[in-house]
Amino acid sequence: MNFVTLPELGEGIEKATVACWHYKVGDRVQDDDDVVEVVTDKAVFNVVAGASGTLREILVRDGQEVRVGEVLAEIV
Amino acid sequence: MLSNIEHQSVCEVRDLGLVDYDAAHGIQKECVARVLAGGAQVLLLCEHPAVITLGRLAQEVNILNLEAISRQGIRVVPIDRGGDVTLHAPGQLVVYPILNLAPCLPAGRQGNRDLRLYMHKLEQVTIALLKSFGIVASRISEKTGVFVRADNPSIRRATSTAGLTQDSAQESKCGTWLKIASLGIGVRKWVTFHGLGINVNTDLKLFDLIKPCGLDVRMTSIARIKGNPVDMSRVKQQLVECFKKEFGYEFRYAT
Repeated sequence: MNFVTLPELGEGIEKATVACWHYKVGDRVQDDDDVVEVVTDKAVFNVVAGASGTLREILVRDGQEVRVGEVLAEIV
Repeated sequence: MLSNIEHQSVCEVRDLGLVDYDAAHGIQKECVARVLAGGAQVLLLCEHPAVITLGRLAQEVNILNLEAISRQGIRVVPIDRGGDVTLHAPGQLVVYPILNLAPCLPAGRQGNRDLRLYMHKLEQVTIALLKSFGIVASRISEKTGVFVRADNPSIRRATSTAGLTQDSAQESKCGTWLKIASLGIGVRKWVTFHGLGINVNTDLKLFDLIKPCGLDVRMTSIARIKGNPVDMSRVKQQLVECFKKEFGYEFRYAT
Protein backbone atom coordinates (compact mmCIF):
# COMPACT_ATOMS: atom_id res chain seq x y z
CA MET A 1 0.00 0.00 0.00
CA ASN A 2 1.16 3.56 -0.78
CA PHE A 3 0.12 6.79 0.88
CA VAL A 4 -0.54 10.11 -0.85
CA THR A 5 0.81 12.74 1.54
CA LEU A 6 0.91 16.53 1.53
CA PRO A 7 4.46 17.41 0.39
CA GLU A 8 6.64 20.28 1.60
CA LEU A 9 5.29 23.39 -0.12
CA GLY A 10 7.82 25.93 1.09
CA GLU A 11 9.33 27.55 4.12
CA GLY A 12 6.78 28.55 6.70
CA ILE A 13 3.93 26.67 4.99
CA GLU A 14 2.69 24.09 7.46
CA LYS A 15 -0.79 23.42 6.21
CA ALA A 16 -3.13 23.69 3.24
CA THR A 17 -6.84 23.30 2.57
CA VAL A 18 -8.20 20.53 0.36
CA ALA A 19 -9.96 22.16 -2.62
CA CYS A 20 -11.04 19.26 -4.82
CA TRP A 21 -10.30 15.65 -5.69
CA HIS A 22 -9.76 14.76 -9.34
CA TYR A 23 -10.49 11.06 -8.64
CA LYS A 24 -12.85 9.04 -6.48
CA VAL A 25 -12.39 5.89 -4.44
CA GLY A 26 -11.97 2.88 -6.74
CA ASP A 27 -10.40 4.87 -9.62
CA ARG A 28 -7.14 3.71 -11.20
CA VAL A 29 -4.33 6.30 -10.97
CA GLN A 30 -0.82 6.52 -12.42
CA ASP A 31 2.08 7.66 -10.25
CA ASP A 32 2.38 11.10 -11.89
CA ASP A 33 -1.37 11.84 -12.05
CA ASP A 34 -2.52 14.95 -10.19
CA VAL A 35 -5.01 13.49 -7.72
CA VAL A 36 -6.01 16.36 -5.47
CA GLU A 37 -5.83 20.16 -5.42
CA VAL A 38 -4.87 21.87 -2.20
CA VAL A 39 -4.84 25.61 -1.54
CA THR A 40 -2.38 27.57 0.52
CA ASP A 41 -2.03 31.35 0.65
CA LYS A 42 -2.87 32.38 -2.94
CA ALA A 43 -1.65 29.15 -4.51
CA VAL A 44 -3.43 26.07 -5.80
CA PHE A 45 -1.09 23.09 -5.70
CA ASN A 46 -1.77 19.75 -7.38
CA VAL A 47 -0.62 16.76 -5.34
CA VAL A 48 0.49 13.77 -7.42
CA ALA A 49 -0.42 10.17 -6.67
CA GLY A 50 3.22 9.11 -6.23
CA ALA A 51 2.33 5.48 -7.00
CA SER A 52 0.24 3.64 -9.60
CA GLY A 53 -2.73 1.59 -8.47
CA THR A 54 -6.29 1.91 -7.23
CA LEU A 55 -7.38 4.74 -4.96
CA ARG A 56 -8.53 2.68 -1.97
CA GLU A 57 -9.42 5.39 0.49
CA ILE A 58 -9.71 9.17 0.57
CA LEU A 59 -9.02 10.36 4.10
CA VAL A 60 -9.70 14.10 3.87
CA ARG A 61 -12.78 15.97 2.67
CA ASP A 62 -12.97 19.08 0.48
CA GLY A 63 -12.54 22.14 2.67
CA GLN A 64 -10.58 20.25 5.32
CA GLU A 65 -7.26 21.63 6.56
CA VAL A 66 -4.29 19.27 6.28
CA ARG A 67 -0.73 19.47 7.57
CA VAL A 68 2.51 18.83 5.65
CA GLY A 69 3.24 15.10 5.75
CA GLU A 70 -0.38 14.19 6.52
CA VAL A 71 -1.82 11.20 4.64
CA LEU A 72 -4.52 12.29 2.16
CA ALA A 73 -5.30 8.97 0.50
CA GLU A 74 -4.27 5.34 0.17
CA ILE A 75 -3.34 3.63 -3.09
CA VAL A 76 -3.18 -0.16 -3.44
CA MET B 1 17.51 22.27 -30.34
CA LEU B 2 18.44 23.26 -26.81
CA SER B 3 19.26 20.73 -24.15
CA ASN B 4 16.96 20.49 -21.13
CA ILE B 5 19.53 22.22 -18.93
CA GLU B 6 19.57 25.24 -21.24
CA HIS B 7 15.78 25.29 -21.41
CA GLN B 8 15.58 25.69 -17.65
CA SER B 9 17.35 29.04 -17.76
CA VAL B 10 15.54 30.31 -20.85
CA CYS B 11 12.15 32.01 -20.77
CA GLU B 12 10.27 32.83 -23.93
CA VAL B 13 8.17 36.03 -23.80
CA ARG B 14 4.86 35.75 -25.67
CA ASP B 15 2.64 38.81 -25.94
CA LEU B 16 -0.93 37.64 -26.61
CA GLY B 17 -2.40 41.17 -26.73
CA LEU B 18 -6.11 41.39 -25.88
CA VAL B 19 -7.26 37.79 -25.57
CA ASP B 20 -10.34 36.02 -24.27
CA TYR B 21 -9.88 34.57 -20.77
CA ASP B 22 -10.69 30.98 -21.76
CA ALA B 23 -8.40 31.09 -24.80
CA ALA B 24 -5.53 32.31 -22.62
CA HIS B 25 -6.28 29.57 -20.09
CA GLY B 26 -5.99 27.00 -22.88
CA ILE B 27 -2.65 28.49 -23.96
CA GLN B 28 -1.41 28.34 -20.36
CA LYS B 29 -2.30 24.63 -20.18
CA GLU B 30 -0.42 23.95 -23.43
CA CYS B 31 2.61 25.83 -22.13
CA VAL B 32 2.56 23.89 -18.82
CA ALA B 33 2.51 20.62 -20.79
CA ARG B 34 5.43 21.82 -22.94
CA VAL B 35 7.51 22.86 -19.92
CA LEU B 36 6.76 19.51 -18.23
CA ALA B 37 8.00 17.82 -21.40
CA GLY B 38 11.28 19.74 -21.10
CA GLY B 39 10.47 22.75 -23.32
CA ALA B 40 11.43 26.37 -22.65
CA GLN B 41 9.67 28.28 -19.87
CA VAL B 42 7.21 30.95 -21.00
CA LEU B 43 6.18 34.40 -19.83
CA LEU B 44 2.71 35.11 -21.23
CA LEU B 45 1.62 38.76 -21.30
CA CYS B 46 -1.93 39.79 -22.15
CA GLU B 47 -5.05 41.79 -21.37
CA HIS B 48 -8.53 40.31 -21.07
CA PRO B 49 -11.96 41.69 -21.98
CA ALA B 50 -13.81 42.32 -18.68
CA VAL B 51 -14.25 39.04 -16.81
CA ILE B 52 -14.64 38.08 -13.15
CA THR B 53 -12.84 34.96 -11.97
CA LEU B 54 -13.30 32.95 -8.80
CA GLY B 55 -10.28 31.20 -7.32
CA ARG B 56 -10.65 27.91 -5.47
CA LEU B 57 -12.32 28.56 -2.11
CA ALA B 58 -13.63 31.92 -3.35
CA GLN B 59 -16.65 33.20 -1.46
CA GLU B 60 -19.61 34.18 -3.57
CA VAL B 61 -20.51 36.97 -1.12
CA ASN B 62 -17.52 38.81 -2.55
CA ILE B 63 -19.42 39.24 -5.82
CA LEU B 64 -21.30 42.37 -4.86
CA ASN B 65 -23.55 43.23 -7.76
CA LEU B 66 -24.62 40.23 -9.83
CA GLU B 67 -27.35 42.16 -11.59
CA ALA B 68 -24.96 44.84 -12.86
CA ILE B 69 -22.46 42.14 -13.82
CA SER B 70 -24.94 40.29 -16.02
CA ARG B 71 -26.33 43.56 -17.43
CA GLN B 72 -22.83 44.47 -18.59
CA GLY B 73 -22.38 41.00 -20.08
CA ILE B 74 -19.46 40.20 -17.80
CA ARG B 75 -18.91 36.48 -17.26
CA VAL B 76 -18.09 34.95 -13.88
CA VAL B 77 -15.65 32.05 -14.29
CA PRO B 78 -14.58 29.60 -11.56
CA ILE B 79 -10.92 28.78 -12.07
CA ASP B 80 -8.06 26.59 -10.80
CA ARG B 81 -5.97 29.25 -9.09
CA GLY B 82 -5.46 30.34 -5.51
CA GLY B 83 -7.10 33.45 -4.13
CA ASP B 84 -10.65 34.72 -3.98
CA VAL B 85 -12.60 36.76 -6.54
CA THR B 86 -10.83 39.07 -8.99
CA LEU B 87 -11.58 41.07 -12.09
CA HIS B 88 -9.65 41.43 -15.31
CA ALA B 89 -10.37 44.15 -17.86
CA PRO B 90 -8.60 45.95 -20.70
CA GLY B 91 -5.83 48.16 -19.32
CA GLN B 92 -4.84 45.58 -16.74
CA LEU B 93 -1.58 43.84 -17.57
CA VAL B 94 -2.03 40.13 -16.94
CA VAL B 95 1.16 38.11 -16.51
CA TYR B 96 1.18 34.32 -16.60
CA PRO B 97 4.68 32.97 -15.87
CA ILE B 98 4.93 29.29 -16.81
CA LEU B 99 8.09 28.45 -14.88
CA ASN B 100 9.62 25.25 -13.64
CA LEU B 101 10.42 25.63 -9.93
CA ALA B 102 12.03 22.19 -9.67
CA PRO B 103 14.71 21.73 -12.32
CA CYS B 104 16.90 18.66 -11.85
CA LEU B 105 17.17 18.67 -8.09
CA PRO B 106 18.59 15.67 -6.28
CA ALA B 107 15.86 13.72 -4.51
CA GLY B 108 14.94 15.18 -1.16
CA ARG B 109 16.16 18.70 -1.94
CA GLN B 110 13.56 21.48 -1.86
CA GLY B 111 15.57 24.09 -3.83
CA ASN B 112 13.19 26.55 -5.46
CA ARG B 113 10.20 24.37 -4.61
CA ASP B 114 8.78 27.04 -2.37
CA LEU B 115 5.38 28.52 -3.17
CA ARG B 116 5.75 31.41 -0.76
CA LEU B 117 9.22 32.30 -2.10
CA TYR B 118 7.88 32.24 -5.67
CA MET B 119 4.93 34.49 -4.84
CA HIS B 120 7.28 36.80 -2.94
CA LYS B 121 9.40 37.05 -6.10
CA LEU B 122 6.34 37.94 -8.20
CA GLU B 123 5.55 40.71 -5.71
CA GLN B 124 9.18 41.91 -5.90
CA VAL B 125 8.97 42.06 -9.71
CA THR B 126 5.82 44.18 -9.44
CA ILE B 127 7.33 46.49 -6.82
CA ALA B 128 10.42 46.99 -9.04
CA LEU B 129 8.21 47.64 -12.07
CA LEU B 130 6.22 50.29 -10.20
CA LYS B 131 9.42 51.85 -8.89
CA SER B 132 10.59 52.31 -12.49
CA PHE B 133 7.45 54.40 -12.97
CA GLY B 134 8.23 56.47 -9.86
CA ILE B 135 5.66 54.71 -7.68
CA VAL B 136 6.54 53.50 -4.19
CA ALA B 137 4.73 50.21 -3.58
CA SER B 138 5.05 47.43 -1.04
CA ARG B 139 3.55 44.24 0.27
CA ILE B 140 1.48 44.10 3.44
CA SER B 141 2.17 41.26 5.85
CA GLU B 142 -0.37 38.43 5.69
CA LYS B 143 -1.89 39.82 2.48
CA THR B 144 -0.70 38.69 -0.93
CA GLY B 145 -0.54 41.32 -3.64
CA VAL B 146 1.05 44.74 -4.06
CA PHE B 147 -0.21 47.89 -2.41
CA VAL B 148 0.51 51.60 -2.37
CA ARG B 149 -0.17 53.92 0.51
CA ALA B 150 -3.20 56.13 0.05
CA ASP B 151 -1.04 59.04 1.25
CA ASN B 152 1.75 58.08 -1.18
CA PRO B 153 3.47 61.31 -2.34
CA SER B 154 3.00 60.21 -5.96
CA ILE B 155 -0.77 60.02 -5.35
CA ARG B 156 -0.80 63.44 -3.74
CA ARG B 157 0.75 64.78 -6.94
CA ALA B 158 -2.02 63.10 -8.90
CA THR B 159 -4.72 64.77 -6.80
CA SER B 160 -3.62 68.14 -8.14
CA THR B 161 -4.57 66.98 -11.64
CA ALA B 162 -8.03 68.20 -12.59
CA GLY B 163 -10.68 65.49 -12.56
CA LEU B 164 -8.86 63.13 -10.27
CA THR B 165 -9.24 65.05 -7.02
CA GLN B 166 -12.60 63.64 -6.04
CA ASP B 167 -11.78 59.99 -6.77
CA SER B 168 -8.50 60.12 -4.94
CA ALA B 169 -10.13 61.76 -1.93
CA GLN B 170 -12.67 58.93 -1.92
CA GLU B 171 -9.89 56.35 -2.03
CA SER B 172 -8.11 57.95 0.91
CA LYS B 173 -11.17 57.69 3.10
CA CYS B 174 -11.34 53.92 2.56
CA GLY B 175 -8.19 53.09 4.48
CA THR B 176 -4.46 53.58 4.42
CA TRP B 177 -3.70 51.21 1.54
CA LEU B 178 -4.78 50.91 -2.07
CA LYS B 179 -4.25 47.72 -4.02
CA ILE B 180 -2.55 48.00 -7.40
CA ALA B 181 -1.73 44.37 -8.26
CA SER B 182 -3.31 41.02 -7.41
CA LEU B 183 -1.74 37.61 -7.39
CA GLY B 184 -3.03 34.07 -7.61
CA ILE B 185 -1.19 31.01 -8.86
CA GLY B 186 -1.63 27.39 -9.78
CA VAL B 187 1.12 24.75 -9.68
CA ARG B 188 1.34 21.34 -11.39
CA LYS B 189 4.43 19.23 -10.71
CA TRP B 190 6.18 22.44 -9.67
CA VAL B 191 5.39 24.17 -12.97
CA THR B 192 3.55 27.44 -12.34
CA PHE B 193 0.55 28.96 -14.11
CA HIS B 194 -1.85 31.88 -13.52
CA GLY B 195 0.01 34.81 -11.96
CA LEU B 196 -0.37 38.56 -11.72
CA GLY B 197 -2.87 41.24 -12.64
CA ILE B 198 -1.32 44.71 -12.56
CA ASN B 199 -3.63 47.68 -13.00
CA VAL B 200 -2.06 49.96 -15.59
CA ASN B 201 -4.94 51.82 -17.27
CA THR B 202 -7.82 49.69 -15.92
CA ASP B 203 -11.29 51.26 -15.57
CA LEU B 204 -11.33 51.13 -11.75
CA LYS B 205 -15.12 51.58 -11.53
CA LEU B 206 -15.44 47.91 -12.57
CA PHE B 207 -13.98 46.86 -9.22
CA ASP B 208 -17.13 48.19 -7.52
CA LEU B 209 -18.81 45.01 -8.77
CA ILE B 210 -16.75 42.80 -6.47
CA LYS B 211 -14.88 42.75 -3.19
CA PRO B 212 -11.44 42.07 -4.67
CA CYS B 213 -9.75 39.11 -2.96
CA GLY B 214 -12.36 39.42 -0.23
CA LEU B 215 -10.58 42.51 1.09
CA ASP B 216 -12.04 45.85 2.12
CA VAL B 217 -9.58 47.70 -0.02
CA ARG B 218 -9.90 50.13 -2.92
CA MET B 219 -8.06 49.42 -6.14
CA THR B 220 -5.81 51.85 -7.92
CA SER B 221 -3.75 51.85 -11.12
CA ILE B 222 -0.54 53.29 -12.54
CA ALA B 223 -2.62 55.71 -14.65
CA ARG B 224 -4.62 56.84 -11.62
CA ILE B 225 -1.47 57.57 -9.66
CA LYS B 226 0.38 59.25 -12.53
CA GLY B 227 -2.70 61.21 -13.61
CA ASN B 228 -2.39 60.03 -17.23
CA PRO B 229 -2.82 56.81 -19.21
CA VAL B 230 0.44 54.90 -19.53
CA ASP B 231 1.87 53.24 -22.66
CA MET B 232 1.18 49.51 -22.13
CA SER B 233 4.05 48.38 -24.38
CA ARG B 234 6.50 50.33 -22.20
CA VAL B 235 5.07 48.65 -19.09
CA LYS B 236 5.50 45.22 -20.72
CA GLN B 237 9.11 45.92 -21.70
CA GLN B 238 9.90 47.16 -18.22
CA LEU B 239 8.20 44.15 -16.66
CA VAL B 240 10.39 41.74 -18.63
CA GLU B 241 13.48 43.65 -17.41
CA CYS B 242 12.27 43.30 -13.81
CA PHE B 243 11.65 39.55 -14.29
CA LYS B 244 15.17 39.20 -15.69
CA LYS B 245 16.68 40.85 -12.60
CA GLU B 246 14.58 38.86 -10.10
CA PHE B 247 14.70 35.41 -11.70
CA GLY B 248 17.98 35.56 -13.63
CA TYR B 249 16.62 33.75 -16.70
CA GLU B 250 17.49 34.64 -20.24
CA PHE B 251 14.34 36.14 -21.76
CA ARG B 252 13.73 35.83 -25.50
CA TYR B 253 10.85 37.30 -27.42
CA ALA B 254 8.85 34.72 -29.37
CA THR B 255 8.96 35.32 -33.10
